[in-house]
Parts: sequence; structure tokens; C-alpha cells
Amino acid sequence: MISARGLTKTFNKTIHAVRNVDLEVDAGEVVVIVGPSGSGKSTVLRCLNLLEIPTEGEVVVDGFDLTDPSTDIDSVRAEVGMVFQQFNLFPHLTVLENITLALKKVRGKNKKEASEIAMQQLARVGIPEKAESFPRQLSGGQQQRVAIARSLAMKPKIMLFDEPTSALDPEMVKEVLDVMLKLAADGMTMVVVTHEMGFAKAAADRLVFIDEGEIVEVGLPEEIFNNPTHQRTKDFFNKILY
Amino acid sequence: MADNKPKKRRVRDSRPWWDTFPWWGVLVLVLIGWMAWQISFNSNYELAWDRIWPGLRVTIRATFQSFGIALVLGLLVGMGQISKNVFFRNIARTYVEIIRGIPILPLIFVVALILIPLLELDKFLNFEMRATVTLSVIYGAYMAEIFRGGIQSVSPGQSEAGRSLGLSRRQTMNSVVLPQAMRAIIPPLGNDFIAILKDTSLLSVLGVLEITQRARQFSASTFKFREGYFVVAFIYLLLTLSLSVLLSVLERRMTRDRKGER
Ligand SMILES: Nc1ncnc2c1ncn2[C@@H]1O[C@H](COP(=O)(O)OP(=O)(O)O)[C@@H](O)[C@H]1O
Ligand SMILES: [Mg+2]
Repeated sequence: MISARGLTKTFNKTIHAVRNVDLEVDAGEVVVIVGPSGSGKSTVLRCLNLLEIPTEGEVVVDGFDLTDPSTDIDSVRAEVGMVFQQFNLFPHLTVLENITLALKKVRGKNKKEASEIAMQQLARVGIPEKAESFPRQLSGGQQQRVAIARSLAMKPKIMLFDEPTSALDPEMVKEVLDVMLKLAADGMTMVVVTHEMGFAKAAADRLVFIDEGEIVEVGLPEEIFNNPTHQRTKDFFNKILY
Repeated sequence: MADNKPKKRRVRDSRPWWDTFPWWGVLVLVLIGWMAWQISFNSNYELAWDRIWPGLRVTIRATFQSFGIALVLGLLVGMGQISKNVFFRNIARTYVEIIRGIPILPLIFVVALILIPLLELDKFLNFEMRATVTLSVIYGAYMAEIFRGGIQSVSPGQSEAGRSLGLSRRQTMNSVVLPQAMRAIIPPLGNDFIAILKDTSLLSVLGVLEITQRARQFSASTFKFREGYFVVAFIYLLLTLSLSVLLSVLERRMTRDRKGER
């Protein structure tokens, strides 16, 4: 479903954010990416829907070569949902309008169809009663669930999550992770950057540890937690796990 | 009997009413009232008024036309400045820098008397139109900065979210970025509207019969300078003050809406 080969991203010719990363994700797989701050996790994720343009390498998503200039990026992006750390809901639109906007503009749904889909997805993330609220009126956890619903409404084939719970108060982390777990159980292909090791254990088929822009170690979550083979991985888990 | 009460201490936020009362508003109203009185009952002022106010049509027409064209120009140039295209970006920047570096009066001469004839547009454009074009070009540059700033005030995460959903650049701009940028754009645009209104007085240097030019002609032909110039100043003041009031009401309503959303 996703195939990145030799993915490299260099900012301003000097900052080597991602170096020569190979990543294969099959349909239905859940891959969790962990690594220290600044190690290039977000950049890898953002290269998968061309929010960043790779400096080198090849990225094939759902059969489309993203680095080929003739690929219609907008239509690929419509198939790849992205959830951000800062939610990025549209503050001038209601929850319902947040979700229906792309349905109408990209999928060409009429108002009624779009609203129906939006309500289904809101029910799926457990907050159908907030449809008419504005994002500012919601808690962080609710906002992030709306953001997930907004992506899901497009019926994406892949969902990318960039630290979806890092901006949340602790008591709201679970409600978001629950939604993500359910999504994983439903067979969604997911690439998730997170420090929530509980989620990784419960849902990840593979854990990828990145440091300084390189993949250091890949494996089953339990394996990597229990016997990391690289010193860098050990150091990292020693820092984040109590 | 001795007064044992502790002396009242005045702290900053308990100033007496006369300290915070908007006396300036009263003074302005008195001034306006006096002028209105003169115009109604003093035959010299009445004469000046009768000769000058028909120019208001031209003043208002030039204001709206300049504002309208400048708005479109400003939006285009503002977007040009943040465009990914190196050509558009530099053209836009050049335009803004040149215009902002030259005072309005010489620019009017340059555009109306040199550039427009040079482009052989002088056959189609009378002096009022030429001056309107100049004002549009000038305020287009000012507004470009307003639009650019407004668009850049919207966090990049907003357009990333839009693009991630599959919206095109244009759709993201129109449905996500611009509506949010408007909050930052509308108040300074209002100020520019008032500024344009005042600057239409410069049309007089091209002999366009707006209110300032009419005041000049009246004063010169009758030697009633005081009446002529007082009346024209009065008209500008009335217009700009009422526009400011209108604007602040609009702004207050906008911020109230925003609070209501929270
Ligand atoms: N737009 C950018 N311009 C310049 N440097 C960037 C940009 N985005 C990220 N970087 C740099 O790339 C490196 C990796 O960043 P990022 O992928 O955000 O790391 P992570 O998500 O793992 O914290 C960091 O050193 C960061 O400063
Ligand atoms: Mg990051």
C-alpha cells in the first residue's frame, strides 16, 4: 500500500531530516514510528502525502508514484487521511462543516449526502451531538476525534497520524487512542507516530525506531521493548519508559 | 468633630467620570453644529455650500471606484507576493516597493500625465478616470500588504489540513485560508477606505471637479476663502467621522461573533 525506497529529505541543503529510509506498509497493517524529538518522524510521514517533497527516493502510495510530476497529488491526498498533533480543525466552520467541506468540494457530494456521511463518522468517533458546535467549544480530545472523523469521511485507504495525542491533557488521551484502536481493528492501514507505547503494543504490527533521520530498528513492538538490539534504541526507551 | 475616615486613595482604575468622559466627542459635535449653523443661516456659507456640495458625487464615485479596483489589485498582488512562482513573487514585490516609496502627489502626475499617455490610453481616459486609476494603483500596493499579512496570519497547519483532505490550492485558499484571514484584513481595509476618501482631494490637481477643486474655484472667484475651505473641510470631516463610527461598530460586532464561537 505504501512503499518508500531510499527516501531522503534535506532542508536548505544542510539539515538532513530523513536519510535513505525504506518503508513498506501492506494493506491493513498498522505501523508505529517512534524516535527522539527532531529525529525526522514527522518528515517521513509528511513525505507520504507530499506535504514535504522528498529530496531523493521513491514513494509509491496506493500504486501512484508520488515523486512522478504527472501524478495528480490532490487525488492521491484524498485517499490518504492525515491527523495532526495540533488537530488543525477549521475554526471558522462548525464541526459538521469541517467534515462536509472536502466531501462537497473533492468528492462532489451534495449537501444532504455530505451531512449524512459526516454524521455517520461523528457517531463512529462518539460525538454526534457536537455537529453544530464550533471547534473552540470542544475539548482537545473531542477536537482530535472530529479531526479523525473529518479524515475518515473521505473514505481514505491509508491514515497517517502525527503524534495525535501529544497536545492533549492526560485525561483525554484514552478517548482518542480508543478511536484509533477501533480503526485498527476495522482493518485500516495506519502509520502512526506516537510515544504511546500502550497503543503500540495493542495495535502495531510493526514498530519502527528512527534516530537522526535513519531507521535504526524495525520489529514487533514487544521484541523491541524487551530486547532492543541497538544502543540508541535502548537509550531512547530508557528515557521514555518508567 | 474631626473627620476620622481614611482619605480616599485614587487608584488608576477608579478615575472620576470627568477624567474618562469622551469630551473630544462633545467638542467635535459642537464644531459640527457650529458649521451646520453657519451653512444654514449665513448667506456666504450657504453660497459656498451650494457651489461645493455637488462635487460630492465625483468624490464618492472616485472613492468607491478606486477602492473597488484597489481591492482586486491588492488581493492579486498580495497572493502574488506569497506565490511559489518566482516571477509573480518578484513582480509583485517590485510593484509594492516602488509604489510605497513615492508620495501620492508626484505619483498622480507620473501616472496620469506621463504613463497613461505613454501607453496611449489618454484617448479613453478622462482626468477623473486617470486619477482614479492612480489611486487604485497606489492603494492596491497598500492593500497587497494587508492581504499578504492577513493570509500569513493564518497558521500553515490550516492549509496543510485542507491540502491533506485533497482540496486543491485554490479551494484551500478560498474555503479555508481567506475566510480566516478576513478577520485580520477587514479593519485595516476600512481604514484604507477612509484614507482613499481623503486622498480623492488630490484629484483637484488634475482639475477634476470634486469637492476640493470646487472649493478652490469658489474661493478664488469670490475671495471668500474662509467660507470655501471651511465648508469643504466640514464635508470631509462629516464623512470620515461617520465612516469611523460605522467601522468601529463593525469591528465590535466581528469580535463579538468571535467570542460567541468559543
Ligand atoms: N520546514 C523545515 N525547514 C527546516 N528544517 C526542518 C523543517 N521541518 C523539519 N525540519 C528539521 O528536520 C528535522 C526533523 O524534524 P521532524 O521530522 O519534525 O522531527 P520529529 O517529528 O521526529 O520531531 C529537525 O531537525 C527539524 O528541525
Ligand atoms: Mg514531529
